[in-house]
Amino acid sequence: MRNSNNYIILFAVIVTVISAILLASAATLLKPMQDANLLKEKQQNILAAVGKTDENDYKDFDKLIQAIVVDENGEEVSGQMPLAINLAYEKRVQAKDPKHKLYYPLYIYTNEAGEKTYILQLAGTGLWGPIWGYLSLDQDGNTVKAAIFDHKGETPGLGAEINTPAFQNKFSNKKIFNADGNFASVKVQKGNYDVADPYQPVDAISGGTITSNGVSQMLESDIKFYLAYIQKQKNN
Amino acid sequence: MSAVETKVQEEKKPLLSKKDRKLITDPLSDNNPITIQVLGICSALAVTTQLKPTMVMAISVLAVVVFSNVIISFLRNLIPGRIRIIVQLTVISVLVILVDQVLKAFMYDVSKQLSVFVGLIITNCIVMGRLEAFAMGNKPGPSLLDGLGNGLGYGVIILMVAFAREFFGSGKIFGYQVIPDAMYEMGYVNNGLMLIPAGALFVIAVIIWIQRSLNKNLEEA
Repeated sequence: MRNSNNYIILFAVIVTVISAILLASAATLLKPMQDANLLKEKQQNILAAVGKTDENDYKDFDKLIQAIVVDENGEEVSGQMPLAINLAYEKRVQAKDPKHKLYYPLYIYTNEAGEKTYILQLAGTGLWGPIWGYLSLDQDGNTVKAAIFDHKGETPGLGAEINTPAFQNKFSNKKIFNADGNFASVKVQKGNYDVADPYQPVDAISGGTITSNGVSQMLESDIKFYLAYIQKQKNN
Repeated sequence: MSAVETKVQEEKKPLLSKKDRKLITDPLSDNNPITIQVLGICSALAVTTQLKPTMVMAISVLAVVVFSNVIISFLRNLIPGRIRIIVQLTVISVLVILVDQVLKAFMYDVSKQLSVFVGLIITNCIVMGRLEAFAMGNKPGPSLLDGLGNGLGYGVIILMVAFAREFFGSGKIFGYQVIPDAMYEMGYVNNGLMLIPAGALFVIAVIIWIQRSLNKNLEEA
């Protein structure tokens, strides 16, 4: 009986149905907590880009940070949820369909003295998978205050070093425009560069060349997107 | 896979008879899934750079192997022989996905560090090996003990590996720096090899070496 086809099919169906019910209910029950974790991580990253690294700062996120969405012409776009934008996904869609319009979330932090800090969102690709980050720019729209990077699965000890302070701190005080006033981004390259010189590139991670190049390209393509908006703010 | 499985006698006995105890203690040393059977090596290499994620991984594998052993043991007389492997895999997959979902909801930072390796518990030969070699032929009670023993045997070894790797690779234990800054100023450097998977191979090899030289029974002729 145990080896009849009918029994095998029946058994397989029952196992499948029970498994499906279990998994579906677990996924549904835990989804709100998982989404809350993702949002919390995002808010912590954004706050870390303006030096607010306390674990509980994210609770005041809405008070500390003004979140808007901008398009490539530097116009503020309404009707979009900045924190809900999945930049990596939008970019993939745009790569297939050039007509798809990209909207970038922009986070603005205003300190007690009324000075603004722009926090740009970045998304790119490393060696094994996606990398992403946040870059905070001073009110002048030129000087980098801080950079935060993270990755899905870069090589531990090599490419994965992009999420360590040792690498990220090298970005502070770099300029995104060169001495002639042209957009130059912040390059990540091999070489023994001077960390203190704002116009020199950032030293890449040895052994993590492809990840470093990914960071460099991500910075260049994504900072560019925000330039129009930042330029407008400066003119005002 | 080693063929030294103990068939548990189907007779009345006190709670945790000598045979039952052996089910737990054997996988801890003489029949350790990692050092003797050399199973589950890939996750032992991948997740052991730090103690905290390793601990979570060990608990996850323990939970999966215990529950899947018990479930399969309950079903052992119902599962059709021709599809038993896929049924075992289904049970394991369901449990692993549950573990993964729970980690994502309650221990997000650790789940990020473990990334794909939680999902890869499904392919961990220890889990499936125990189902096929033990749970399919034994009652739920002994299967539970067997699962506990093997889960612990796996956990003990990966924690030892993680201890060595975190200590020599980062100078830390559970994320706390234990090698004083003064040592670094004197020229001490962390061993970078310990941070890459190859470092784990060396550590496991050393553990196997020590175990075999202490226990002559294990030497192969």
